[in-house]
Amino acid sequence: MDWGSLFTNAAYEIISPTTAAYALAAMGLAVHFGYTGLLNFGQAGFMAVGAYGFAISTLTFGFPWWAALLTGIAASVVLALILGIPTLRLRADYLAIVTIAAAEIVRLLFTTNTFAAVTGSAAGLSGYKTSWQAMNPIPAGNYNIGPWVRDHNEVWLLIVAWGLVGLAALLIWLLMRSPWGRVIKGIREDEDAVRALGKNVYSYKMQSLVLGGAMGAFAGMVFVLPRSVQPGNFQPTLTFFIYAILLLGGAATIFGPIIGSMIFWTLLSIFSGFTARAVEIGWLPFMTSLQAGQVRFILVGIALMVIVIYRPQGIFGSKKELAFVKQ
Amino acid sequence: MSNSDMQTKTTAKPVKATDLHVGGPEDMLPGVPKRDPIVVATNITRTFGGLKAVDVESLQIPRNAITALIGPNGAGKTTLFNLLTGFDKPDTGDWALNGKSLKGVPAFKVARMGQVRTFQLTKALGMMTVMDNMLLGAQNQTGEGFFQAIIPSMWRKQEDDITERALDLLERFKLVKLKDDYAASLSGGQRKLLEMARALMCRPELVMLDEPMAGVNPALTQSLLSHIIDLKSEGMTVLFVEHDMQMVKHIADWVVVMAEGRVVAEGDPKTVMRNQAVIDAYLGSNHGKDLGTDTDTVNTMKELLDDQR
Ligand SMILES: Nc1ncnc2c1ncn2[C@@H]1O[C@H](COP(=O)(O)OP(=O)(O)O)[C@@H](O)[C@H]1O
Ligand SMILES: [Mg+2]
Repeated sequence: MDWGSLFTNAAYEIISPTTAAYALAAMGLAVHFGYTGLLNFGQAGFMAVGAYGFAISTLTFGFPWWAALLTGIAASVVLALILGIPTLRLRADYLAIVTIAAAEIVRLLFTTNTFAAVTGSAAGLSGYKTSWQAMNPIPAGNYNIGPWVRDHNEVWLLIVAWGLVGLAALLIWLLMRSPWGRVIKGIREDEDAVRALGKNVYSYKMQSLVLGGAMGAFAGMVFVLPRSVQPGNFQPTLTFFIYAILLLGGAATIFGPIIGSMIFWTLLSIFSGFTARAVEIGWLPFMTSLQAGQVRFILVGIALMVIVIYRPQGIFGSKKELAFVKQ
Repeated sequence: MSNSDMQTKTTAKPVKATDLHVGGPEDMLPGVPKRDPIVVATNITRTFGGLKAVDVESLQIPRNAITALIGPNGAGKTTLFNLLTGFDKPDTGDWALNGKSLKGVPAFKVARMGQVRTFQLTKALGMMTVMDNMLLGAQNQTGEGFFQAIIPSMWRKQEDDITERALDLLERFKLVKLKDDYAASLSGGQRKLLEMARALMCRPELVMLDEPMAGVNPALTQSLLSHIIDLKSEGMTVLFVEHDMQMVKHIADWVVVMAEGRVVAEGDPKTVMRNQAVIDAYLGSNHGKDLGTDTDTVNTMKELLDDQR
């Protein structure tokens, strides 16, 4: 029974590339929901087109990493336009319905056998990292990061992933303190008031949808770099976890999504490590280790409920700017 | 603007614009053409289900004057506002601002063309500060472009300029002390003032105010009225909706009376208030309610009218 590794494993979740990926996806949702008031329930779809755009353009068309990256982003922009053009003139709930449906359509298109030659269908895709790893400037070998030892590829991914998180945070900060951000926050509260002041609300909502969607695509690419592309990873539950992260950190904040993602993954790791070990040593005799793997989500759910009940504005949010509780 | 200027402005007796329509007093009939109209509307209709909410054959708004749009609840005043400003689409009709057709023009473009409105239910943005509300009203901001927004040096100077203009307006509307407060913390009357000041940030040519006095406590009513009068002296045109005939009498140069979607009378305030159709359609149904029970308002108006003598 190794309780010490439970905590070192959990602590690594603070900086793991997956945490960075979820932080990026949550920052995209912060732009959509937190700042603009757009109910995007299909962030998993944006992540999927980013990930598949990257993998397919590499494997099928032999694109180098940078062209593959641009393909993933372009795919998310196209998805944002397809979703936005018909819905952004309508009431807010239409976007919610359309995005959740579209994200499922995207996932099912990647899962179906019809396009298996390109998408790998249910088995997914792998082997798209060669060009990406070839441009790794870090000499091959193992490196100590605090208490952890990681190879050059992981270190390179960590640098890029958190670099992207930093750039996204900087971009959101610059935008939201600008007159552009003022219009966006006005729209969140009452789009007719903003329209009456001569602002093209439709265009701003579209810009917001594209920006947050592109952040989702970056998140999808970062998410699949330490693993393979699996359609099952882009279920609607992914979107709900990202919403949980967003609300945990604070919906209309810069650092909320980042800290929210760190807390989410650390809690998840602690709970799964704990339940696995507890089952192992017979503390939970009524449970198999497979069931224990699911219990962590229940525990995370409870932890999130507690936080949202006692701090509805999230960790960083201001109560005065609560997007989902209007005064 | 200095304080003393403001004093003289607020106490100045309203100077009525006269001779606004074509013809003599006997021509003050619904749809009468104006000598210098800013808005010309013809055949505007809008139905909700079976109900004809607006059915206006002809309406012209005189330039650089204060026009009051009055009529009982449900007469179609707000609906007409929505139609003229692009917030709703009429079933039929055509209308133009300064000769340029506004048919099919989206609401934000109507505002950019200089026709700016406020709402019956105030739309102050409560989760933003008073100052941010004001700055949102300024037009042609470089920093409202996505890419320019990222580079503050491209819009810093303009931001300073509009902030200064906003401060001037807030000073005038006695909101300057509240500039860093969230608009949600303002009283109902202060929010009405803020919404009006914010509309002025757009530098409008025509200001359309939907019940600017509703729910405003009597202490603020006089200041609101004097602001409306100021707009005219600054060259703007005002169209405002109001229930209370006494207030209308005090500040309006021209009165348009609506009932059941139609314009039933038009004319200068004195003439309109003697009009039998108005007394029947409007005062008749609303008499006790508007003039009898709202004693605070009546008292304020008495004071206002005393000022005038
Ligand atoms: N969106 C709507 N749907 C259905 N009926 C409406 C709508 N807006 C207004 N009406 C109806 O149209 C008529 C005119 O309303 P309104 O323009 O608000 O009157 P006013 O502002 O003069 O009080 C009323 O009978 C009202 O119930
Ligand atoms: Mg009304």
